[in-house]
Amino acid sequence: MNNEKLNEIRKELELDLEKVDSEAYLNELKVKYLGKKGLITELNSEIKNIPNEQKKDFGMAVNEFRNLFTTSYEQHLAIFKEEALNKKLETETIDITLPSKKIKRGSLHPMTLMTEEFEDLFVSMGYTVYEGPELESDENCFQKLNIPKGHPARDAQDTFYLKDEFENFLLRTQTSTAQVHAMEENTAKGPLRIVCPGKVYRRDEDATHSHQFMQIEGLVIDENVSMADLKGTLEMFCKKILGDKVEIRFRPSYFPFTEPSVEVDVSCFKCQGKGCNLCKQTGWIEVLGAGMVHPHVLEMCGYDPKKYQGFAFGTGIDRFAMFKYGIPDIRTIYGNDIRFIEQFDRKDDTYEVK
Amino acid sequence: MKLSRNFVSDYIDLDKKLSIKQIAEDMTSVGNEYDSASPLINCTNLVVGEILSCENHPNSDHLHCCVVDIGTEKLNIVCGAPNCRKGLKVIVAKDGAVLPGGTIKKGIIRGAESNGMICSIAELGLENKFLEDKDRDGIHEFPSDVEVGSDPLKALGLDDEVIDFELTSNRGDLLSILGMAYELGAIYQKEVKPIDTTFTEIKDDVNDVFQIKIETEDCPLFLAKKALNVTIKESPTFIKNRLIASGIRPINNVVDISNYVMLETGQPLHFYDADSLGNTLIVRNAKDDEKLVTLDNIERTLNHDDIIIANEEGSVGLAGVMGGLSTEVEKTTKNILIESAIFDSIKIRKTSKKILRSEASNRFEKGLDPNRTYMAIARSCALLEKYADAKIMKGTVIHDKTIKENKKIELSLSKINKVLGITIPEDEVISILQRLAFTVKKSKDTLEVEVPTRRRDISIAEDLIEEVGRIYGMDNIKGKLPVLNVSLGAYNKTRRAIKHKLADLGLNETMSYTLIPKENAHEFTIDEFSPIYLNDPMSEDRNTLRNSLLYSLKEVYLYNKARNNTNISIFEIGKCFYKENETYKENSHLAVLLSGDFYLDIKKEKADFYVLKGITEELLDFLGYENRYTFEKGKVPQELHPGISSSINVNGITIGFLGKTHPKTLKDDVYVLEINLDKLLNIKTGKMKYKDISKYPSIVKDIAFIVDKDVTSKEIIDTIKKASSKILNNVELFDLYTGENIAKDKKSLAYKLTFMDPTKTLTEEEVMTVFNNIIEKVEKTNHAILRDQ
Repeated sequence: MNNEKLNEIRKELELDLEKVDSEAYLNELKVKYLGKKGLITELNSEIKNIPNEQKKDFGMAVNEFRNLFTTSYEQHLAIFKEEALNKKLETETIDITLPSKKIKRGSLHPMTLMTEEFEDLFVSMGYTVYEGPELESDENCFQKLNIPKGHPARDAQDTFYLKDEFENFLLRTQTSTAQVHAMEENTAKGPLRIVCPGKVYRRDEDATHSHQFMQIEGLVIDENVSMADLKGTLEMFCKKILGDKVEIRFRPSYFPFTEPSVEVDVSCFKCQGKGCNLCKQTGWIEVLGAGMVHPHVLEMCGYDPKKYQGFAFGTGIDRFAMFKYGIPDIRTIYGNDIRFIEQFDRKDDTYEVK
Repeated sequence: MKLSRNFVSDYIDLDKKLSIKQIAEDMTSVGNEYDSASPLINCTNLVVGEILSCENHPNSDHLHCCVVDIGTEKLNIVCGAPNCRKGLKVIVAKDGAVLPGGTIKKGIIRGAESNGMICSIAELGLENKFLEDKDRDGIHEFPSDVEVGSDPLKALGLDDEVIDFELTSNRGDLLSILGMAYELGAIYQKEVKPIDTTFTEIKDDVNDVFQIKIETEDCPLFLAKKALNVTIKESPTFIKNRLIASGIRPINNVVDISNYVMLETGQPLHFYDADSLGNTLIVRNAKDDEKLVTLDNIERTLNHDDIIIANEEGSVGLAGVMGGLSTEVEKTTKNILIESAIFDSIKIRKTSKKILRSEASNRFEKGLDPNRTYMAIARSCALLEKYADAKIMKGTVIHDKTIKENKKIELSLSKINKVLGITIPEDEVISILQRLAFTVKKSKDTLEVEVPTRRRDISIAEDLIEEVGRIYGMDNIKGKLPVLNVSLGAYNKTRRAIKHKLADLGLNETMSYTLIPKENAHEFTIDEFSPIYLNDPMSEDRNTLRNSLLYSLKEVYLYNKARNNTNISIFEIGKCFYKENETYKENSHLAVLLSGDFYLDIKKEKADFYVLKGITEELLDFLGYENRYTFEKGKVPQELHPGISSSINVNGITIGFLGKTHPKTLKDDVYVLEINLDKLLNIKTGKMKYKDISKYPSIVKDIAFIVDKDVTSKEIIDTIKKASSKILNNVELFDLYTGENIAKDKKSLAYKLTFMDPTKTLTEEEVMTVFNNIIEKVEKTNHAILRDQ
């Protein structure tokens, strides 16, 4: 075996590798060079016939051929594999604009969403959600809230009384009545911090009144809570629910179970107080009733009014939901048209009214 | 309460520069809301004119062409009024004048120039009930002494402004001009002027000719005086106009005076024709079922809560609510018996609610100040003497059980600041109380405040704190967050979790009404129960408290179906009520209704029993009741299909039911579920705990049996479980087959059995022992035949 021969094989090898254009041809070359009778395999088996002094050089040359081939072989093979894969992927390509396979989610009623928003806000301030019964005694709904029988304040809350043996029972007209339960159940007669959301009922119905609606009542009792604390709390509440820009205003008013009593207006969140239809051009919208718990109420519920005082506030959840979602007629809320309910199927707890 | 600015100005000097709107706003800021604040007559550009000439319009059979002198110029005006004539002094609306009917513009009327309008009173927008025929039929005719060019509203006495207040029910004292004057006095720091109650009395004493018999506790104060020889005629203009501004229709001088004094003092008066009444007046409670024909000619059935005024012949009227026809003041009336009294406010409220709510009853209901009762009777005598030529008899017939002393309340400065959360200096507190015309005595750090009897709403220190706060300005309180001990908030997590879980499963939450019709009260209920009814429902379809949510959900379904919304998957959580022995129960229920398409994972399927069962299981598993519930054939409401329904039991306690609705209930394929949530959640669940994940592989074997059609899958599974040892990890039905190769009365049930031992790798031999035992037992117990694999 001489150098000439080796050079010939090298030339052939280089020439062959240059011609590679398919995986099949590549595999043919593999047989041609590395197969049982392959050129490189044969060279390898000839080593034993080479004189000792040339063995080293010959061996190196054969190895070089082998490396040359395998390196090139692997490079080519990788490219062919990649091309084949790309071709396959191309054939698998789908129309991504076709409709999806839906996973349909349900929805929560807007009153639930609104209530949860209120609850979450107050719970974050350390309040406990307390729900009293909907069926209530006259005593708890009125008398213990300082509204004795025949009191003119009863006029504003036309009441559903029950029949027969339950003539002194009623569907609660206000969530304020939950206060009475909470105070009476608190046997320690110590501090209390609750919000009471729930359904209430009044004999009244039109576009802004439903005979069944929802209120939320708040009550804080402690030794030193004041009107200023009430105002700060409601400022926080209104800003979180209606947006940071709203201001609140206290107007003196009258509720039998609070003294002093105030009505709370917020600056109109639609027109920023400039005057619009929503606020009837006044720039303000009445949203809450509030005040310091009347000492008679504290006393009737077992608290010592000399030691404790408290503030309470209440508002309609429906009204806030109507503001927040832009629902014009309260009857829509209780109409339960599926096309209405299904709209409330997403996260929206940004505390912003659009 | 309508407040006339002219009227209240008798008793307090209001700065002329203050707009009526500003006064209303200032009153609102101290707690008295208003509905409207505006001029009584809302017209502009009016002037008094004199008709210099009045010719018939050449192109009309009823129009006149006038030349009208309005002082600054002479205007050509076309006028259609029949009483239009030369020499009249009239109301002229100039070019650009805004009237309730529109804006007046210069123009040509049938060829004649017209530069304004001559007006009737009706055209000024006065409410219809205050108009006389002449005010509608023709232009207004001024007396000749009215000056040309002057303000016609002033000449009419209608240059007034009115605030319509919506008062809170505790401020009965503000249902009077005097009360309003005190309130405005506190705001603007003005003194209230005294009311004129002086008159002369003739020497004959009323007590010699007239007596009262008060036979009830419900009349703590009754005063009577007699006015003789009255002249009944039209009231003076100022009285008429002030009544009009206050919303009361003038009648004649005597009736108007009783209303006028009521407006001034807040004390309703009643004037009787003294000759018709006789010399005795009795106040008593009605007997139960006593009949009385009232002024409006309706026969009323009374009870002991109604207070009656009677004379010796019988009842003549309902005290404080409605007088009687026989003793009414008429044109021919000569002598008047004046009643100024206080009746029990609750009784009046009951009676008036039943019969008639009036300006008078409204004031009785809110409670009256006895000192005003005396003031009002004197004031009415003064006016009757002045404007009805009355001779007032000496003395007053009196029945009086009232307390007329001012209340004294102690108030500490520190308490004010503790309640309001701000610091108001002592001298400011005293000044505010004095502005309210309360008397303040200071001793160390407490104030002794004497509150006049007119302020019946004030009885404790907190009431005074409110007074201080509202005059100081509640809005001047600066908000701060309360400093409280740290406490943990909490809410009903379980109910919220259930709602969110069901929404995640694709259901939509509804909120329906608690009140349902009586006829439907028992729908979708199982056990005998008595429903709870309303005493005085708004309508027949809302007269009963529901004891099942499913009637409501059925209604929601039908409502939506009528609107072509046919794919319905809804749920609701709400209270349900029923009578139990002497008491009542209030429970939270959960109900679900499915109909039409439902998405299961990502497959749309028709809702059926098993979809709803799946939802139930998913919910119960989620709540921690896994492996503790069963669905059993049992008692279900008759509104459900007897063959496609089941009770739901947890720990052996029935907590609800589910099934297809009975074809008699709904024709469509509708599936419902109701659970008593209180009952369910009373059942304790175990804690969520980690279980070791087996390191050893499990072996899965499939097996199928042919059984009779009426054998339930649960029966097979029960046998399989019984027949195997602990190594049976799970058993699951994966196929139910009927049809070819299976006899008609048979079915094939195929199960996947998973075997596993957490301590070692199972051998095929161990598994086969159990597996063969299972086959043997099922074949024996359930008369099953092993189906060839």
